[in-house]
Amino acid sequence: MSVVFEKTKLLTDKTFHYCPGCNHGIIHRLVAESIDELIKEGVIEEGKVIGVAPVGCSVFAYDYFNCDMYEAAHGRAPAVATGAKRVVGNDALVFTYQGDGDLASIGTAEIVHAAHRGEKICTIFVNNAIYGMTGGQMAPTTLVGQKTTTSPYGRDEAWCGAPIRVSEMLATIPGSYYIERCAVNNNANINKTKRAIKKAFTYQMQGKGFCLIEVLSTCPTNWGLSPVEAMKWLEENMIPYYPLGVKKDKEAE
Amino acid sequence: MAKTLMKGSEAIAEAAIRAGARYFFGYPITPQTEIPEYMSARMPEVGGCFLQAESEVAAINMIYGAAGTGARAITSSSSPGISLKQEGISYCAGARLPAVILNVMRGGPGLGNIQASQGDYFQAVKGGGNGDYHLLTYAPSSVQEAIDIMMYAYDKAEQYRIPVLFIADGIIAQMMEPVEMPDFVDFKIDPEKKPWACTGWKPGDDPEKRGVINSIYISTEELAAHNDVLQAMYKEVVANEQQWEYYNCENAEFIITAFGTVARIAKSAINELKEQGINVGLVRPITVWPFPYDAVSKAVNAESVKAVLDVELNEGQMLQDVKLAVNGTKPVDFYGHCGSQMPTTDEIVTKIISMKEGK
Repeated sequence: MSVVFEKTKLLTDKTFHYCPGCNHGIIHRLVAESIDELIKEGVIEEGKVIGVAPVGCSVFAYDYFNCDMYEAAHGRAPAVATGAKRVVGNDALVFTYQGDGDLASIGTAEIVHAAHRGEKICTIFVNNAIYGMTGGQMAPTTLVGQKTTTSPYGRDEAWCGAPIRVSEMLATIPGSYYIERCAVNNNANINKTKRAIKKAFTYQMQGKGFCLIEVLSTCPTNWGLSPVEAMKWLEENMIPYYPLGVKKDKEAE
Repeated sequence: MAKTLMKGSEAIAEAAIRAGARYFFGYPITPQTEIPEYMSARMPEVGGCFLQAESEVAAINMIYGAAGTGARAITSSSSPGISLKQEGISYCAGARLPAVILNVMRGGPGLGNIQASQGDYFQAVKGGGNGDYHLLTYAPSSVQEAIDIMMYAYDKAEQYRIPVLFIADGIIAQMMEPVEMPDFVDFKIDPEKKPWACTGWKPGDDPEKRGVINSIYISTEELAAHNDVLQAMYKEVVANEQQWEYYNCENAEFIITAFGTVARIAKSAINELKEQGINVGLVRPITVWPFPYDAVSKAVNAESVKAVLDVELNEGQMLQDVKLAVNGTKPVDFYGHCGSQMPTTDEIVTKIISMKEGK
């Protein structure tokens, strides 16, 4: 009998702590499968993978990704990844996994300058338009009018600004190499997300430059919606404001 | 070996390279900018990496990243920049990462000025960042001493898995002194010696050896156990790593306590006082954490000693540790000022004479 499917080796057996309906589980799996497949394809050497977890809902990602891992301070994952990458060079894959509070708020300097330097790392940026871990506060990515525990009347654009489109911003930086926004709201988009992650990792192993894959994600718990309603909300509200697709690909240019 | 005349900042940077540091992450700030400048020219020559970070915050987190792979990494800054690094320093301490951090101290608080100061003593030894941690902290008083300590600083950092901090007032970095530069040490990342580091683990390998560089322990029991490990290590550092210098302590009527450049000025004052027939000793802590309490106590509690004078280039910070060491057995006086006005030999002489006269 031949094995046609098995659990990816790049995930540990630890049970995820994520809420029901949260997209982190799917995204973790895509990252892990991508690495597994690239190892099998000879793009990445087995054992040469370093991940950097953020502060936020995925703070315990070091317990889930079955490779060398760091847990970074809030927003600092790109700086930590930079320090590691400068030592291991092109021999190893170095990726960060960050949420929108971590990356788009407290960590803006670190992500902008990692892109600016053309740091040869990959960032998986999970955008769910809210601070999840601390219980649903407004993030820089929270949509105008969206109610959170710190925008109880809805985000007021006059005082809080309109949400930041991180991928578009980073695409304008000369040092960034490949930036794409994805979603995991249906099978087609899940497949596209995995292709994007694999492409980013491959570019890194070729020594090409800074890559970021933004993945739109639901937060049923803090949005106050069921998993099904949350996915619908993402499709009707987030995707129109955060259009999916390749924002920059120097290879294709 | 022939001595060469070198500027403090460059000599310290060169010593770090010779001690195996190959990764420098920093940010310009006076009066230590010569260190990143030197590193930017020198690191490529030795196959190392110089990176000018976007901020001190990023630089210390790059140290966290590089040290986590087992490499010897270094960052330098000056007081306001060291304040920015405190977050990362606490994380390095929590994750037990060996690294070297240089603080060329300038006047404060806030932006203060760019002249020499010892105003960061509290920050260095009483906390700085959050949580129960310490840094093995050296306070060299000459360029040569800074070089000599640097040559074993990484060994100590790796032995205990503790970040090492140098606090040097701006004078040490800015002055030129004749120095002997030691040979290069042969350092390579050895996964056997650093089973905790991210050196290339794959599924199927010993799970204990997977690199997880981390300072979060969410369960109270696990965090308590982690802190127990840290505290046990600190106890060992306290037992084994205290360093100090005694100068002219025999039959001393007064004991001066001072560190860094101020201790050198105190020595000049002691020599002058000797000519006037007043015998004064000096206890100079070389490690300020761990603080040499017993060494201070021993010198001060000699029968000949009437009183203690602590001299610092600040408003009296190490003074608190000196008082803990003296523990009320002898009077402790203080002389010093901030605003980067270095206490002079004459001022120290005058102060001791006034103490002798009971003023």
